Amino acid sequence: MTLSGQPDLGTPARSSESVVELLVDGIAVSVPAGTSVLRAAALAGIGIPKLCATDSLEPFGSCRLCLVEVDGKRGTPASCTLPVAPGMSVRTQSEKLARLRRGVAELYISDHPLDCLTCPANGGCELQDVVGVVGLREVRYPDTGANHLEAERDTSNPYFDFDPSKCIACSRCVRACDEVQGTFALTIMGRGFDSAVSAGAGENFLDSECVSCGACVQACPTATLQEKSVVQLGMPTRVVNTTCAYCGVGCSFRAELRGTELVRMVPDKDGGANAGHSCVKGRFAFGYASHPDRVLAPMLRERITDEWREVGWDEAIGFVGRRFREIQDRHGLGAIGAITSSRTTNEEVYVVQRMVRAAFANNNVDTCARVCHSPTGYGLKQTFGTSAGTQDFASVGKSDVIVVIGANPTDGHPVFAARMKRRLRQGAKLIVADPRRIDLVRSPHVEPGLHLPLRPGTNVALVNAIAHTVVTEGLADEEFVAQRCEEFADWQEFIRRPENSPESVAEIAGVPAEDIRTAARLYAAGPNSAIYYGLGVTEHSQGSTMVMAMANLAMVTGNIGREGVGINPLRGQNNVQGSCDMGSFPHELPGYRHVSDDAVRSIFEAAWGRTLLAEPGLRLPNMFDAALDGSFRGMFVQGEDIAQSDPNTRHVTAALAALDLLVVQDLFVNETAKYAHVLLPGTSFLEKDGTFTNAERRINRVRPVMPPRTGKHEWQIVCEIATAMGYPMSYPEPSEIMAEIAATTPTFAGVSFDLLDKLGSVQWPCNAAAPNGTPIMHVENFVRGKGRFVPTPYVPTSERSTRRFPLILTTGRILSQYNVGAQTRRTANVVWHAEDVLEIHPHDAEDRGVRDGDEVVLSSRVGQTTLRARIADRMPVGVVYTTFHHPVTGANVVTTDNSDWATNCPEYKVTAVQVALRPVQQPAPEPLLAD
Amino acid sequence: MADARIARLVNDIAVQFAHQPLPVAAESVARHVITFWEPRMRAALLAMPAAATEELDERAKAALVLIRRGG
Repeated sequence: MTLSGQPDLGTPARSSESVVELLVDGIAVSVPAGTSVLRAAALAGIGIPKLCATDSLEPFGSCRLCLVEVDGKRGTPASCTLPVAPGMSVRTQSEKLARLRRGVAELYISDHPLDCLTCPANGGCELQDVVGVVGLREVRYPDTGANHLEAERDTSNPYFDFDPSKCIACSRCVRACDEVQGTFALTIMGRGFDSAVSAGAGENFLDSECVSCGACVQACPTATLQEKSVVQLGMPTRVVNTTCAYCGVGCSFRAELRGTELVRMVPDKDGGANAGHSCVKGRFAFGYASHPDRVLAPMLRERITDEWREVGWDEAIGFVGRRFREIQDRHGLGAIGAITSSRTTNEEVYVVQRMVRAAFANNNVDTCARVCHSPTGYGLKQTFGTSAGTQDFASVGKSDVIVVIGANPTDGHPVFAARMKRRLRQGAKLIVADPRRIDLVRSPHVEPGLHLPLRPGTNVALVNAIAHTVVTEGLADEEFVAQRCEEFADWQEFIRRPENSPESVAEIAGVPAEDIRTAARLYAAGPNSAIYYGLGVTEHSQGSTMVMAMANLAMVTGNIGREGVGINPLRGQNNVQGSCDMGSFPHELPGYRHVSDDAVRSIFEAAWGRTLLAEPGLRLPNMFDAALDGSFRGMFVQGEDIAQSDPNTRHVTAALAALDLLVVQDLFVNETAKYAHVLLPGTSFLEKDGTFTNAERRINRVRPVMPPRTGKHEWQIVCEIATAMGYPMSYPEPSEIMAEIAATTPTFAGVSFDLLDKLGSVQWPCNAAAPNGTPIMHVENFVRGKGRFVPTPYVPTSERSTRRFPLILTTGRILSQYNVGAQTRRTANVVWHAEDVLEIHPHDAEDRGVRDGDEVVLSSRVGQTTLRARIADRMPVGVVYTTFHHPVTGANVVTTDNSDWATNCPEYKVTAVQVALRPVQQPAPEPLLAD
Repeated sequence: MADARIARLVNDIAVQFAHQPLPVAAESVARHVITFWEPRMRAALLAMPAAATEELDERAKAALVLIRRGG
């Protein structure tokens, strides 16, 4: 298929300061030097027939259809591989060219099933189009010769079919897998007539290394690689541009429909974050939105042991408003609170925090960022002045040294990882700091990176040692430090201390001192060095310290404020950046401004007509504590499954069970809903109208593909709850919510739905000083003026391995599943990850008599669960790993309530555990809580 | 909120400022608590019995005075 409705200029754009002028069929056109004649012609409005060329891939020159004639030159070169030259005069049509093209097309058609009318690609087939354009009217070759028409279809992949009988061996799929995705899973096997596309070494697609990103399907000009949904439903008839609701990359998609039925999601070539690429989740795993498990009507019950009772909206909202008020009347204004969702839009989050601050009259609002990137908020605000990644994603294309710490982008942020791997294939150096040997350490056609397999919990020591090396070896950017930063002297005195030397840290971190010094020298030499990090940084007891340590390192080497550098948090959920921006933290109003700031509060008091509290509210873990002591009794949870995602499940569920009123707004009856009194059905991203903000601060429109299946938008429901509590709140439409955000929040001052429709997306800050947004931050000055160095002493976690719990468990995510799995478990993605497994080093497994696939009991100081073991030599000895995508495993029954000192972000990444074979006669237990 | 939990939280903060001189560290701890802790948590901290506060990190103990004054 091709990107429907989006022009294909044949070859990629080139950038050059030199402009070349030429004539194509007598029409003058100017293009950057290095541009192909094929693209120049397309820009002049002249289409040249092509099959192997497409503008997402480098030219290949194999189909011999895009031939042209050039004045003064002999022959008929392929225009896709022919660069423009000054004064060149090109002819795209002549009798000779027509004859050649017809001959080529005839050869293709001679080995192609002529079932166009019933072919799933009918209406979207480039071969069909080309044959029409070249005027082929007959095929002279007999149909009795050798052909591929009986080649067997591969239907193994749950989302697309591979029909080799329709393949024209153009290699677009192979090149897309190589160039766009960087997986190199496909190849052309055989030679000449036997040439055939093959997944891996002749396996089917499902069993191969294919990651189902869809790039091959996207690139295929025929029906050879075709979405099953198109095969089943037919070609879509209309398109809505919207934004993916999975990870923090925030890919732009064209939702292609028949009526209100979604046929396929096609990545948008103009998408600022993804530039036409996608992953298996965004491209294919949207079926959860129409899954029969969806709750579509409100449900109530008096006690959590009662059966659910379906009710109308009026009854549900009246019940919630009345019960919340009753709790406040009896136990005080601070007895209730809310959790916003990073899966909902900015507008939906904004109204929840407004409801809390104006209708609840407290600041008891928090968000899932509490358990993921709250240390990013703290650390970057302390050092740079605001809580945000410094770069756009495209910046990685200019990086010379890429440092990945505590992140696994090929699984967690796959579309950005594809972009990063492209840069690595071009020669950028890679440093990975991670206990596990993640896939990025050694990816195809990339020199092995420098892997620092540090012990879990020693990030701060490691980065301090790198900074120590920079300072003591004279590698600092003194000019940058002097001009742009402050409080350097104190920090320098701290970082020079012997305890921060690589030699001191080597034993603590388990990384050789020389490797630490090599990393420091590489990073400092750059010249453009960038740090990308994930939850392996933040989900530690020193998460905030680590964010500041990385910021110090970037400042001391001058790696801030231009393309190719920076500090870049890879945010987990699609709108976790936005939910933080919108004032979801209990101490901050929208725009990261503290609630104690009288001037800021007065802005919102004027807008909302209520006096606002100047004291911070309860954080999520504080809410659990307060629920157990009886001072917190009512909670509204929007689109988060805290009973599955938060640590120490026993503590969480005991707190939830203690509440007088728990209101859950979600698509499904999730684990949290088991403790709820009211379940308000939520809307999927296909029904939402608003904006998401991705990890690069890019605000993208989320456009409704279909009306809310529940009859109400989530922001309307929240407004009605506030109104039922005696605080009238309403908006005519979501654009008016954004208008209020812009009016009250300086970094969003220029943002409007109209602007987003015009520009496609913008990165905040977007205001009078930056009307089209800010791709890169801190260019001239830091947001806080000067960058601030903060000493970052290494304080080890109190979670220690012992004889009883000798291993360290660290948790994470995998490519095919997302967060608690509520969405992806309800799609065909389960074929890749039907259950959470425990990765364990062969030595640790052997010590325990564990073989690959055995069921093992994983126990910690707080609980135990059972799961299947996977022997994995990418694990270091002494460390085990699992994911938390499946509630049946309930990985968080074993994680503790240790947390980051500054933000209380849980320490998911360090839990002392023991692993033992599950006794054969013992039935598999439910996830179990220790005494 | 349980004294043990509150003590754990404030101690976690206090040890992060161990590199600072005691008066500066106490001020850092106090500022952090005042900036980020909900009033009932601060109240619980200030209401801890003497025996419990004696067990606190010395920077946390010194911060109590400042929090009491600031709060």
